[in-house]
Amino acid sequence: MTPFKKLTSTAVPLPIEDVDTDQIIPARFLKATTREGFGENLFRDWRYDKLNHPKEDFVLNNPTYSGEILVAGANFGCGSSREHAAWAIADHGFRAVVSSYFADIFRGNALNNGLLPVTVSPEVLDEVFRTIETDHTARFTVNLEQQTFTNEQTGTVTGFAIDEYKKTCLINGYDDIDFLLSQKDKIAAFEGARVDHSLSN
Amino acid sequence: MPTLFDKVWDAHVVTQVPGGNQVLYIDRHLIHEVTSPQAFNGLRERGIPLARPARIVATADHNVPTKDQHKPIAEPLSRKQVEMLTTNCAEFGVELYGLGHPYQGIVHVIGPELGITRPGITMVCGDSHTSTHGAFGAIAFGIGTSQVEQVMATQCVLMSKPKKMRISVNGELQPGVTAKDLILYVIAQLGTGGGTGHFVEYAGSAVQSLSMEGRMTVCNMSIEMGARGGLIAPDQTTFDYLEGRKFSPQGAAWEAAVDYWRTLPTDADAVFDTEYHFRAEDIPPMITYGTNPGMGMGVTDDIPAPSELHGAASMQKAMTYMGLEMGQRMEGMPVDYVFIGSCTNSRIEDLRLAGAQVRGKRVAPGVTGIVVPGSQQVAKQAIAEGLDKLFEAAGFEFRGAGCSACLGMNEDKVPSGRYCVSTSNRNFEGRQGPGARTILASPLTAAAAAIEGRIVDVRKVAVPA
Ligand code: SF4
Repeated sequence: MTPFKKLTSTAVPLPIEDVDTDQIIPARFLKATTREGFGENLFRDWRYDKLNHPKEDFVLNNPTYSGEILVAGANFGCGSSREHAAWAIADHGFRAVVSSYFADIFRGNALNNGLLPVTVSPEVLDEVFRTIETDHTARFTVNLEQQTFTNEQTGTVTGFAIDEYKKTCLINGYDDIDFLLSQKDKIAAFEGARVDHSLSN
Repeated sequence: MPTLFDKVWDAHVVTQVPGGNQVLYIDRHLIHEVTSPQAFNGLRERGIPLARPARIVATADHNVPTKDQHKPIAEPLSRKQVEMLTTNCAEFGVELYGLGHPYQGIVHVIGPELGITRPGITMVCGDSHTSTHGAFGAIAFGIGTSQVEQVMATQCVLMSKPKKMRISVNGELQPGVTAKDLILYVIAQLGTGGGTGHFVEYAGSAVQSLSMEGRMTVCNMSIEMGARGGLIAPDQTTFDYLEGRKFSPQGAAWEAAVDYWRTLPTDADAVFDTEYHFRAEDIPPMITYGTNPGMGMGVTDDIPAPSELHGAASMQKAMTYMGLEMGQRMEGMPVDYVFIGSCTNSRIEDLRLAGAQVRGKRVAPGVTGIVVPGSQQVAKQAIAEGLDKLFEAAGFEFRGAGCSACLGMNEDKVPSGRYCVSTSNRNFEGRQGPGARTILASPLTAAAAAIEGRIVDVRKVAVPA
C-alpha cells in the first residue's frame, strides 16, 4: 500500500448524495480476477452513454475539473461491499474522498487501499462545493498527520477523525493483514482456550 | 445487562488493539466467485496458506446462468471467474458447492438451509447481504476483498465494535403485509444512512412472530439503511428451523447448543445506543419509487415531495431516472417485468406465497415474469410441491438457482427504460441492467403485479389465505 501523509490538490466535485457502489462500478465490470484496471469503468454509466461515448455533462469528462481529491455528497459508497469501488477510485488517480459521511464498508475498503476518506461537516462540505464552483483551480490540503482538511482558498481548516491504528497504517503503508499475521500466537491461544458452544467446527 | 450483540461479539474478541480496534475471531467464512479471486491471489503472492480451510464454504452464484445450467457458461469472463473459484478451492482445500452441485445457490440462502449458519457464531462473506444470517442470532456482516484475504490468512478481522441499535415492531402485520414490507417500511422511515455505524437488533412481537424466512428477509436488508448488520434473538422458531439440517449438531451436541443459544437473547435491562419503535398495524404493502431502497412508500401513496431524508436534487435525479414525477400515484401503473428471486425473497416460503397469489391465473400480456429459486435445494423442494408447474402454467419462467436479475452481472437483465417489480433488495440506477427501472416489493405484490400487468394493492385483489 502506498503511504499517505499529506496531499495538496485541486478537487473534482460530485455533489450527489447516496452515491452507491453500483454507480461507482457497475456489477458487469466486476468480472476481473485481479485488482487492476477498474479505473476505466469508474462511474461507467454516468460517464458514458449507451454507445460508449463520453457524456459531456459528467464531471469526469469535463476537462475543467481535475485533481486527486474527489468531493461527494453525503452517504458516499452505500450499497455493496465490493472493494472494486475503492480500487476503481484509486485506479483513476484519486487519493482522497471528501464527504459529510461514508457508508461503513466502503470506508473500510478505502482505508485498506490507501484511499483516504475524509469526513467533514455538511457546512464545510457545502463550502467546498461553492469554492470549486467559483474557482475550479482552488486547492485543498489533506494533512493526515495533523488530521486536518484545509480549503486553501477560504482558509477554512477543519479536523477529521480517523482511528490511531488506521492512521499509522496509512502513514507507513502497512496492511491490516501484516498486523493480523503478527497476532497469530494470540489467535491460536484464543482457539485453544475457547469452548465453542455453537459447535461450529 | 449485555445485548444479544454484546454476548456474541464479546465471546469472539481475541485481543484489544490500542486505538479502539479489536481482533475478532470468525467462525464461518462464506465465499463466492466475485470477491474472492484477488484474495486468493494475495495469499499466493505472500506465500501463506489458508488458516482454517474447514471454516470456509464456497459457492458460485453471482455469475451463473439460470437457464441451461448444465452447459458451460457462455460469457467468457463469467466463465473464467467461476472456473477460477473452482481452481482456487481445489488448490487451497475449500469445500465448494459449485454449479451443478445439489447444494449450490445464493450464498445467503445455502448457509442457513444447510445448517452452517447458527446462533451465537460470527460469520463473514465478501458480500454486503451477509447481514441475512443475523436472523439466527449470529453476528454476520459483509467485508471487502482485503478483509476476505485477512480472514483467509488469520481467521480474524480487525474492527472496532459497532454501536447498538434496536428496532422494535410490535403488533400484528395486516393481511397482505409481509416481512419485506416491514423492512421496506423501516428503511423508508430511517433512510439509507439511518443505521450507519450500528448493528441492529430487530425485536418486538411482530418480528418474533415471523418465520425464519421472514426474519432472513428483514435482516438481509439491514445494509440498505447503512447498518453493518442486523440480528434477531434465537428462539423456538430458530431451533425448529435448524434441527435436522445437513450440518446442524445432533444428539447431545444439539441439546448443548440449544441450551447455550437460549442464553443469548438481550437482557431485560440492556441499553442500546439508539432505539426505534414502530407499530405493525401502520405498515402497508410497500413499493419503492426511487433509486435507493429508502425511497419507499405504501402502494397506494403518492410519490412524496423532497424531504429531509431525500433532498430536492436527489429526488429530481431519481424521478428523471425512473421516468416518474413527484406527487404521482404508482398504483395502476403498467409494468414490464416481474422478478421473484434474490437473497431477499427466493426461499421456499417466498415461492409458496407468490405461487398462492398466481394459482390458476395468467401473467398479463406483455409482462415477462421470472421466478428464480435461491438454491438448488429450494428448486428441488419447489418442484416437489409442484410450484414450478404452477408458475409455468401461469406464464412465468421457472429458472435454476442463482442471483439472476438481482444485479446486472449475469445474463438475466432488465432492458433499459423498462419497469421491473422485483423482490430483490436494491433499486439503484442500473442495478438490474443499464437503464433498468426497479420497483422493490414483496413476493405477494410482485406476483399480483405480474397477473394484473400493473402495480396493484394486493389487499384489493384477494390476498391468499
Ligand atoms: S441475490 Fe443479489 S443481493 Fe443477494 S447476493 Fe446475489 S447479487 Fe447480492
